[in-house]
Amino acid sequence: MALPLLLLRPILLLSFLLFAPILNFKAALGSVTEEDFSEELLLRPLPDRKVLAHFHFRSRAPHTSSNGRHHHLFPKAISQLVQKFHVKEMELSFTQGRWNYDRWGGFDPISSNNAKPPGVELWAVFDVPLEQVDDSWKNLTHALSGLFCASVNFLESSTTYSAPEWGYRPAPGSLRYGTLPREAVCTENLTPWLKLLPCRDKAGLSALMDRPSIYKGFYHSQRLRLTSSEFESEEGASGIVLQQTLTVVVQPDSERNVMSYSHETKLQPSWSLTSIFGRMVTGRCVLAKSSTIYLQLDRGLVGQLDYLQKENELSSADKSVYEGFSSNPGFELSVKPDRVLKELNGFEKKTPSVVYEFYIEKYSESRPFDLGLTWKLPVVWSCQKAPLHASRFLMGSGNERGAIAISLRSTEVSDEFLHTDMSEGRCKLEVKVFQVVPWYIKVYFHTVRVYVNEQPQEVSDVVEKMRVSPSVDKVSPGVMEMVLKFPCGMKSAAITLEFDKGFLHIDEYPPDANQGFDIPAAIISFPNFHTSMQFFTDKSVDRSSILSKFQENNAVLAYTEVLLVPLTTPDFSMPYNVITITCTVCALYFGSLLNVLRKRVGEEERSSKSKATKETGRLRQLLSRVSAKLRGRPFEPPQPPSNSSSFISSKLILFILVAGIAVFWQVYFG
Amino acid sequence: MVAEKESETETPPIHRARPKPRPIVQLGIFLISHSLLFSVVFSTAGVLALLLLPVLAKNTYISENALMPGSVAPMLSNQEVAEANRLVKDLTSSNSKPLASAIGSQRLISQYMSNLGAEVSHHKFHPQLNQFHPLHFFSSPDSGRVEQNISCALHGVNTVGIIRAPRGDGKEAIVLVTPFNSVKLNQNEALSLAIAYSVFSLLTRVPWLAKDVIWLVADSQFGEYSGVAAWLRDYHTPVFSGLGTLDAEMCPESNNIYGLNENLSIKRTIYDGFKRAGTMAAALVIKVADRSEQYEDSLSIYAEASNGQMPNLDLINIVNYLAVHRQGLRVKVEKFWPLLGLKWLKTLGEIFESLGHLARSVNPQWKFGIPAADYIEGSATLASSLYYQALGVPTGPHGAFRDYQVDAITLEIFPKVSSLDNKVRQNDFLLRSGRLIEGVIRSVNNLLEKFHQSFFLYLLTSPGKFVSVGVYMIAFALLVAPLPMVAASLYVDASNSDYSLKIDKPAPFANASDEPCITLKSWKWLFAAKKVFFVHLWGSVVSLLPYFICQIPSCTPTTSFIIWVFLSILSLVVMYIVLASPSSHANESQPQRGEWAILKSVTLSAAFIGLCLMSVINFASAEIGGLLMVPMCLMAHPLKLDVKARSIRTVSRVVYNLVLGFIGFPPVAFIVLKGAFEGFSGVNVGDFWSWVESLWAWNSATYLYIGMVYLPCWVLCIHVLFHRC
Repeated sequence: MALPLLLLRPILLLSFLLFAPILNFKAALGSVTEEDFSEELLLRPLPDRKVLAHFHFRSRAPHTSSNGRHHHLFPKAISQLVQKFHVKEMELSFTQGRWNYDRWGGFDPISSNNAKPPGVELWAVFDVPLEQVDDSWKNLTHALSGLFCASVNFLESSTTYSAPEWGYRPAPGSLRYGTLPREAVCTENLTPWLKLLPCRDKAGLSALMDRPSIYKGFYHSQRLRLTSSEFESEEGASGIVLQQTLTVVVQPDSERNVMSYSHETKLQPSWSLTSIFGRMVTGRCVLAKSSTIYLQLDRGLVGQLDYLQKENELSSADKSVYEGFSSNPGFELSVKPDRVLKELNGFEKKTPSVVYEFYIEKYSESRPFDLGLTWKLPVVWSCQKAPLHASRFLMGSGNERGAIAISLRSTEVSDEFLHTDMSEGRCKLEVKVFQVVPWYIKVYFHTVRVYVNEQPQEVSDVVEKMRVSPSVDKVSPGVMEMVLKFPCGMKSAAITLEFDKGFLHIDEYPPDANQGFDIPAAIISFPNFHTSMQFFTDKSVDRSSILSKFQENNAVLAYTEVLLVPLTTPDFSMPYNVITITCTVCALYFGSLLNVLRKRVGEEERSSKSKATKETGRLRQLLSRVSAKLRGRPFEPPQPPSNSSSFISSKLILFILVAGIAVFWQVYFG
Repeated sequence: MVAEKESETETPPIHRARPKPRPIVQLGIFLISHSLLFSVVFSTAGVLALLLLPVLAKNTYISENALMPGSVAPMLSNQEVAEANRLVKDLTSSNSKPLASAIGSQRLISQYMSNLGAEVSHHKFHPQLNQFHPLHFFSSPDSGRVEQNISCALHGVNTVGIIRAPRGDGKEAIVLVTPFNSVKLNQNEALSLAIAYSVFSLLTRVPWLAKDVIWLVADSQFGEYSGVAAWLRDYHTPVFSGLGTLDAEMCPESNNIYGLNENLSIKRTIYDGFKRAGTMAAALVIKVADRSEQYEDSLSIYAEASNGQMPNLDLINIVNYLAVHRQGLRVKVEKFWPLLGLKWLKTLGEIFESLGHLARSVNPQWKFGIPAADYIEGSATLASSLYYQALGVPTGPHGAFRDYQVDAITLEIFPKVSSLDNKVRQNDFLLRSGRLIEGVIRSVNNLLEKFHQSFFLYLLTSPGKFVSVGVYMIAFALLVAPLPMVAASLYVDASNSDYSLKIDKPAPFANASDEPCITLKSWKWLFAAKKVFFVHLWGSVVSLLPYFICQIPSCTPTTSFIIWVFLSILSLVVMYIVLASPSSHANESQPQRGEWAILKSVTLSAAFIGLCLMSVINFASAEIGGLLMVPMCLMAHPLKLDVKARSIRTVSRVVYNLVLGFIGFPPVAFIVLKGAFEGFSGVNVGDFWSWVESLWAWNSATYLYIGMVYLPCWVLCIHVLFHRC
C-alpha cells in the first residue's frame, strides 16, 4: 500500500508543478477563472527573544456568473454567507493576548493588519440598500456565531455595534463595526476555522498547528478576511477572496540557562520549527497551488547584521546578509533558502528587510522540512515602531465619574521621519482616532481636552475633523471619530474625555457584573504613513499572497488597550431578601386580618362581661394586674378565654408558625 | 405631639373606655414615661454588648469561591531565592560605597527588573506637605493636589516594574509594594525587596498569569505613605499640563538615573514616562520588620485605611489561611497591649467562660463562650481595631490604595531572631514568605470579579475571627437609644409642667417649680434649638481655626494649642454677645424653670443625630465618642438645683457631673487616656495639638466629629450644668 503511494506522490507533485505556471499566469491577469488555494507561513524573529509565526491561507473562487454555484476548493459555507447577506467585505478576528507595539513592531503590514484587540472583532461592508444594512448585519452575526462556535451573536444588539463613517475605513453607510472584548478564544473557535481549509490541518502547513504550542504563545490571533465582488456586474471581477490568517507569537523553548545579570546581552534563543511547534512540515497540502515558508528579517535586524558584518571583516567584504546565508556572522539556517528577496528601499536611510523563501513542494513525508535558526552572535535590535505610541487609560476613581485619556507619545521613528519632513516646510502629523463607548459610560464630548507637549491647546486648533454620535440609553453606543493634526516636532499629546457612569437595570447586568464593564479598544491610525513593503521580485509576486499583501498601501494602525470600568452594582441577593420578607409580612398581615374579620364586637363585649364575673386563674390575674400597673390604668379582671378566641389563637399560632418557618428558611438556607 | 394628645384625652372624666392608641404609640409612650429606667438599662446593655463582642465573634471563612487559596503547590523554588539573595548582596555592596548610592541602588533594582523582561519605569515625585485644607474632607484625593514651590532636593524616585500577563487582556492588575529607602538602605528593606523580587521573577515565567503584575519599589525617604500615595495619584489623576517638564528642567540631577545607563538594551527598556496597567484588583505591601520574633517567623497584618475603611475581609482571609495552613507562619493582628493585664477584663472573661460552660451543659448545641485567655486577647485586638478605625489614620502605605477603592493590606513579616545571620535560615525565610506572597497573588489572579463577596464592615478580634456590622451595630444602637428617649421625656415634662396647675402630675425633673410662667409653649423649644445651633456653628468655627494658626510661622505645638484654646473662647464670647443676646433677654428677665430641660432635650437630639451620622461615616469613632458622650449628656443637670436639694443622690450627681464634665473636655480626655495607657510622665499639652494635626493631615472625619459634634455637645452640657434657674 505504501509503495504505490510513494510512487504516485512524485507524479502528483510533478503534475502540480506543471500546472502551477498556468495558474499563475491566469491569476496574474487579475480575474480568476478557477478556484485556487495557497498556503504560506511567515516566520520572523522578534527582538524580545520571541518568534512570530504568521500563517496565511488564501482561497479564491471566481465569480458565480462564470463558475456557477458549485465549488471544489472554496468553502461552501463562506460562499453561501456572501450570497445570502451580500457581504462585500468582512473581517472577523479572534484574539487572545495583546500585541506589543513597542517590542514587536508597529510599522509593518503584519502589525497593522493582524494585530487585533483581545476578544472578537467583526466588521463588514454590505452591498445592500442602506436601510437593510442593519438587518443583514444581524443575520450575519448569527450565521457567524453558528459557524465559529462563538458568541458573535451578541453583536446583534444595537448597543454593541456602530456605523463609522470615515474613522475606521471609508465606507459610509454600509459599514458596521463591533467588538466583544471579553470573548474567550480557544480551540473550539480554531477547529471550525480550520474546517474552511481544503486540507484542514491534516496536511500542509496547517499541520504545524499543534494546539498546545499555539495557545501557549504570547499572542494568538485568528482572522478571517473576505472580499467579494460577487455583486459587481462588471466583467472580470475577482469573485470571492477568502484570507485566513493565524498570527502567533511564541517563545522558543530555550532551557532556562544560568541567568546572567552582567550587563552583556544574551544570545537570542535558537529555534526550529520542531522546537516551536513540536512538528515538522511533512509536505504540502496537495490541493494548494503554492506552499511556501518565509523567514523575514526586520529592517532593524538586517541593519544590525550588516553592522556586525562590517565589524568582522574576516569574511570577504562583498558578501552581505541577503546574498549568502552560510557566511552570515549573526546566525545560521539549517536549510538553504530557495530564494532571497530584498525589500525595494523606500527610505534611503533604512536598511531593507530581507525575506528568505522556502518552497515546500520539494519536501515530503520521507524528507520533512524543519527550518532551524541558530544564533551565533548576540544581536540587539528593535522593531520599527508606529509614529506615535498610543496608550489609553482611565482617570479618576469612584463610582460616579471618570475620564478616558488617550496619550500619544512620539517614538524615535517618527522623530526621524518628521524631521526630514520638517525641512520641506510646514508639516502636520495626522492622527485618526476611532472610539466606541458603550452607552452606560456617558461620555461628554464637549469635555474633549487636547494637550500637546504638556500644554493645553484649543480643540479647534488641533482637531481637524470630528464626528460624534452620542450614545442613546439602551439603544446605541457613543461613537467618536476624530482627525487630529499635530505639529511635527511634537513629543507627546493627550486627549481626555470626561464621562459619568450610568446605572443599569438589574436584569441588564451580566453574571459577572462586579468585574466591571469593558470599553472596547480605540483605533488610532496614521493616514500619512503607509505600511508597504515592496520586494524585489519579478512578475511572480502574485504567486505569494503574503508578499502581495505586504505591497498593499495600508495606513499604519494601532489598537489601544481595552479598559475596565467598575460600575455600581446592586446587591444581587436583595430581590431574594425582599421576597422572603414580603412573604413574612403577607403571612402576618393575612393572619391578623382573618383574626379581625372573625371577631364580632358585640360578642366580644358579652364575653368580656361574662368573663368579669368568672373567677380566673391566680397567675393570669396577677399578670394582668402587673401589666395594668405598668400601663398606669385601673385594674380590670381578665376575661376567660372563650371558644372562639381559642380558635382564633390557634389560628394565630398557625400563622406565626408559617412566618417562623419563613424566617427560619431565610436564616438557614438563605 | 403624642404626649399632647394623651394629655388632652386625659382631661375629661372617664366614663366609657378610652379609644386605645395604637400599640406602637403605646410602646413609645411607655418607653418615654419610664425613660430613666430604660436609659440605664439600655446604656448598660450597650456597654455589655460591646464587651460581649469578642464572644460573639464568628470564625472567618473564604466567601468567594473563585479565590481557591492554596489549591496548588507553590512554584517558588530555591532558584528564585538564590537570585533574590544575589540582589540583596549587590544592593548591600553598592550601598557600601557612599557616593551616589541612592541612584546606584535604584539603578540596580531597575536593571534586575528589566533583566527579567519587565517593563521598567521611574516615577519622580515630590512629597506633599501636610497642610490643613478645610475643604478637603471627604473629597476625592486628586483635589488635594496643590502647587507648591518645589525644591529639587526634595524629590523621591519610585521604581516601577510591570509584568504583562502573556495571555491576559491587561484590564486588571495586581500591585506589589515594597517601601525602600534608597538613601539609607537597611537589611530588612533589602529582605523585603528580596521577597518581592523572588516572586516577581517567578511571575515572569508562569503561564497562569491573567492580570498584570506591578511591582512598585516605593521611595520611602519621606515616609512610606507619601511615595505610594504620589504614585497612585499620578496613576489615577495625571496632570497633563506642564508640571513634569518643569521638574526635569529644574532638577538636572534627577536625570542621572537614565544618563548613567551605559548599556543600550537597558536604556531602551527603562523609560521615564508613566507606565500603566489596568484597573487594580488588589495590592499587597510587603515589609520585613526590623525587630525579630523570638520563637518563630510571624506575620502581622495591617488593614485599616483612612476613616476606618477596611479592605474586603476575603483578602485578610486568604493571607491568614495561606500563612497559617500552608507556610506555618504565626499571624498576628495589632493588639492594644495595656488591656492584656487588666484584672476586671480577666474576671469578665472568666464569667463569660463559666456562662459558656453553663450554656453547654444545658444544651450541647449552644456554642457560647470562649476561654478567658482568648477573651482577653480578643478584646485587646478588638480595642486596637476600634482605635485605629476611629483614629481614621491609615496604619500603613496600604491606606493610599483604599482612597481609590483598591483593596490593600500591609504584611509585615517578622523573621526569627537568629534567622538573618544564618544563610540557610534566611533562605528558608525568603522561601516561605515568597510562597505566601505567591499564593496570595495566585488567589487574586484567580478572581474573576473584584472583591465584593465578603464583608467590608467588620472588626477583627483575632486574625481568624471577626465581628460583622450586623452584630456590632447592636451595641451602638443600645448605647445611643436612651438619647432620643430622654430627650422626648424631658420635652414632654417641660411642656406638661406648664399645665401643672391643672393636672396634678409632677414631672420627675422639674419638681422645683414655684411659679408657672405663661409663654408660647409650643415655640419654646425654638429658642433652645437656636442656642444649640449657634453652639454647633461655633464648633465648626473652632475646627476651622487651625487653618489660620498653621499660617503662623515657627509655632511649637504647645503655643499653637494655647492660641487655639484662647481663640476658641474668644469666639465663643463674641458669638454669645452678638447672637445670643437678643433671644436671651426675654429669658433673662424671667429665667424659666423648664428652660434647661428643653435645652438639654435639644442637645440630646443634636447629639443623637450627630452620633448616628458619624456611625455611618466611621463607626468606630462614633462608638468611642458615644461611650464618652452618652453618660455626659444624659447626666447633665443644673448644679444649682442639685445643690439646693442636698440629698445624697443629688450630691453624688453633682460630683459625677463635675468629673464627667472635666474629663469630657477633649484635650483632657486625650491626656487622661494617653496617660492611663502610656504613663503620665511624658504628657504634654502640645501632644493634643500634634494629635489633632495628624488627624487633619490624614483628612480624618474624626476631627470633624470632635469639632462639630463632640465639642458643642460638651459646651452645651457645661452650659446646662451651670444653668441659673
